[in-house]
Amino acid sequence: MRASLRVVMLVAVAALVALPLAMPTYYVSVATQILIFAVLAMAVDILAGYTGRTPLCHGALFGTSTYVTIYAVTTMGLGLPAAMALGIVAGTLLSLLFGLLAVRTSGVYFLLLTLALGLIVWGVCLRWTEVTGGENGIRGQMRSGLLLDPYVLYAMIALVVAVLTFFMWRFVTSPFGLTLRGIKDSESRMASLGYNVPLHLTLAFTMSGFFASIAGALYAVFNDFVSPSTVQLSQSVAGLLMAIVGGIGTLFGAFVGSFIIIALEQAVSSFTERWQMVLGLTFIFIMIFAPEGVIGKLRLLAARRGRGANCDQLQKSAA
Amino acid sequence: MMAFQILNGLTFAALLFVVASGFTLIFGLLRIVNLAHGALYLLGGYIGYTVGQFTGSFIVAGIAAMASIAFAGLLLDRGLLRFVRGFDLRQVMLTLGVALVLNDLALVIWGGDTFSVLTPSWLQGVVQVGTLFYPKFRLFVLAVGIFVFAALWLMLNKTRLGALIRAGVDDAEMVEACGIDIRRVFLITFMLGSALAGLGGLLGGAFLALYPSADSEILVFSLAVVIIGGRGSLEGAAIGSLFIGLLNTFGQVWFPQLAYFVIFGPMAVLLAFRPLGLFGRAT
Repeated sequence: MRASLRVVMLVAVAALVALPLAMPTYYVSVATQILIFAVLAMAVDILAGYTGRTPLCHGALFGTSTYVTIYAVTTMGLGLPAAMALGIVAGTLLSLLFGLLAVRTSGVYFLLLTLALGLIVWGVCLRWTEVTGGENGIRGQMRSGLLLDPYVLYAMIALVVAVLTFFMWRFVTSPFGLTLRGIKDSESRMASLGYNVPLHLTLAFTMSGFFASIAGALYAVFNDFVSPSTVQLSQSVAGLLMAIVGGIGTLFGAFVGSFIIIALEQAVSSFTERWQMVLGLTFIFIMIFAPEGVIGKLRLLAARRGRGANCDQLQKSAA
Repeated sequence: MMAFQILNGLTFAALLFVVASGFTLIFGLLRIVNLAHGALYLLGGYIGYTVGQFTGSFIVAGIAAMASIAFAGLLLDRGLLRFVRGFDLRQVMLTLGVALVLNDLALVIWGGDTFSVLTPSWLQGVVQVGTLFYPKFRLFVLAVGIFVFAALWLMLNKTRLGALIRAGVDDAEMVEACGIDIRRVFLITFMLGSALAGLGGLLGGAFLALYPSADSEILVFSLAVVIIGGRGSLEGAAIGSLFIGLLNTFGQVWFPQLAYFVIFGPMAVLLAFRPLGLFGRAT
């Protein structure tokens, strides 16, 4: 890692830990949520940005882990760490299964298939009332002791998220991650170079699902409650939208995307219940006006106003 | 009992076919995966319900549902999708945004209660089939499903419009080069597909009832049908509907709470052997 990058990251982590100390409790919980969803958005980005497969099932993978974690604590009486581990294992196994099915497809078919798989999880959560509580969901006291303090919870989650971010960054910049980018650019070329494309895709999908499951387990700790709305389509849509708003293929952009979407959600929810409509409208506007993400769009606009010479190059890299 | 369940499966398959045939038609020709199809189905059902309450006529309700949803399709295609033409993924995600908006809009207008579209008196009651008594309306849905299949088959295979659509599926640019306004064919197809979603909503509204999450449920089934049958194939949609319809019905009898999981099985097996579906072709 370059020295300057290391400094930037240290400052970012320090700011993440210190800033909320100056904020009221409500904003601390919003900030916690932003961090958790940034992990989900980064998990989506591993597939959408680095592997060239846009998934629509990550809300379901995330939510499966949340369900299992809360179920393990409330019904099976496990301790929190064991319950989270179980939730993460369940979410990862599910993503392995989805991955095995989905890697044979690409493009729109991949999107459709993952959408259908995610919706099946939602249907099961809604109908299997004995286990999932149906529409009512499951509520449980997940935290005890120090974690009850929102600042401590925030600091713990920020620490976990920082570690996860580092691992995801390592993952996408590793030789394995570079192979994935090669597959994104040309599957047939990588296959003829001797890479096992389906194996790489399955592993990438499973890793992505693994990170989404960790986010789901953290969400269980944060939220104390899970219902079918945690696994429903709009959750997968929100995760994907965060990755897109932050800029597909930028990884760290997920934090920007997560911040923008959750801040918008909080702002909208304070005066109307129509959050889902606003989310849908945001998606439509982003798709029409800024598919390269907010940061990519700003960079493009800046380039257009400033040095015209660099504009073409940037536009190419954004496309 | 067995015959009763088979009839249940067949009638459900007919409903699925009406919805999924519109979906696959749009997917096949325009390359647009219209994820708002489920929301259009729900909207069609609600409009049919309201018009039915108002006029007391099932036929008028059906016409209103189909016409209004065809118009919604027109707005969607001309108003929004034209900004993202040529970008497959952006189109899909745009329709996803539309689905969220429409679903929420329906919640604002009709609330979260469950409604059933009123069936006309000539479709109420039961008929005797052999030794068993079966609801008339469900048989009517089966008849509509078969009629839609026949009409679409004739339209696609025997008319000029059908020939243009089939040619457009194979090579849209070539059709345009022959001096045909392919955009108009696209638009007609989009409106036709949407109208089928509206019709499905009306039938489904009397058959399964209407409630805010009904759009996601029908969308999963439609996706499964198209994944099994293959993009743009009428025959594929029919076979996929039969498969999913029967499987879902028997799944509900055998494992009532995990019925949803049962449709997962054939999809998984099929994908392992034919990733593009039974009748799907690579493009």
